[in-house]
Amino acid sequence: MLLSNLEVLPEQTIVRHLGLVQGSSVRSKHVGRDLGAMFKNLVGGELKGYTELLQDSREEATGRLVEQARSLGADAVLNVRYSTSSIAAGAAEIFVYGTAVTLAPR
Amino acid sequence: MYQIYGVVALLVIGYGFGQLAERRHLKSLIAREREANALPAIASRFPATDRAYRQQLVGGSVVIASDYFKTFVSGLINLFGGRVTPFESLIDRARREALLRMKAEAQELGAGYVFNVKYETSRIGAGRVPAMEVLAYGTALIADEPVALRATNA
Repeated sequence: MLLSNLEVLPEQTIVRHLGLVQGSSVRSKHVGRDLGAMFKNLVGGELKGYTELLQDSREEATGRLVEQARSLGADAVLNVRYSTSSIAAGAAEIFVYGTAVTLAPR
Repeated sequence: MYQIYGVVALLVIGYGFGQLAERRHLKSLIAREREANALPAIASRFPATDRAYRQQLVGGSVVIASDYFKTFVSGLINLFGGRVTPFESLIDRARREALLRMKAEAQELGAGYVFNVKYETSRIGAGRVPAMEVLAYGTALIADEPVALRATNA
């Protein structure tokens, strides 16, 4: 499955638009990570645990998007966008969406 | 009285380690940016389509926390308003780091360009541990013949 946040492809044309596909994932971190983060908040710097957590979460959301596109028989998802929002204390939602299309050689 | 000592101690620790980390990070950013300049990141959505290349979504992200000193000073600035410079430098470093990570992923794929680069910033964590996440993402254009992409007039 081709994922891209562009709208054009070389050597291929878009045959059919299959509509919007999406995937999301809500995750929160466990207490141990939170404690480490509290320490980091004193001295500053990267919260590696959170970076990894959100990256995993983003991969999961993207996986769901791909699954949905595949079930529609899509060849690619174009104009993919990510969105992150903190929905509750200690939990973040990752949302990814795009347009599923079928392709044919030009 | 002891509480004041405590706050002063935290400020000193925050300032010391925070400044040290910031200086070290800026140095590493400048060095890595010089290397990464070979791979242009472009905000345009429309690359040339008259030549062959593959596309792949790439991204880089970072979660950063403020230090105690920056948080304290920004609280003071909040009283009078104005530029919150301690946070400006923090978020600037985060953006540059995220972009570099994105470029590193693209470079591993042998990309010639990254198109339609977008930034996404969000505040994560609540209450005691405020932190910001910056994500940079875009589409890497990968040509089997790198010279072909170089000719693209973006």
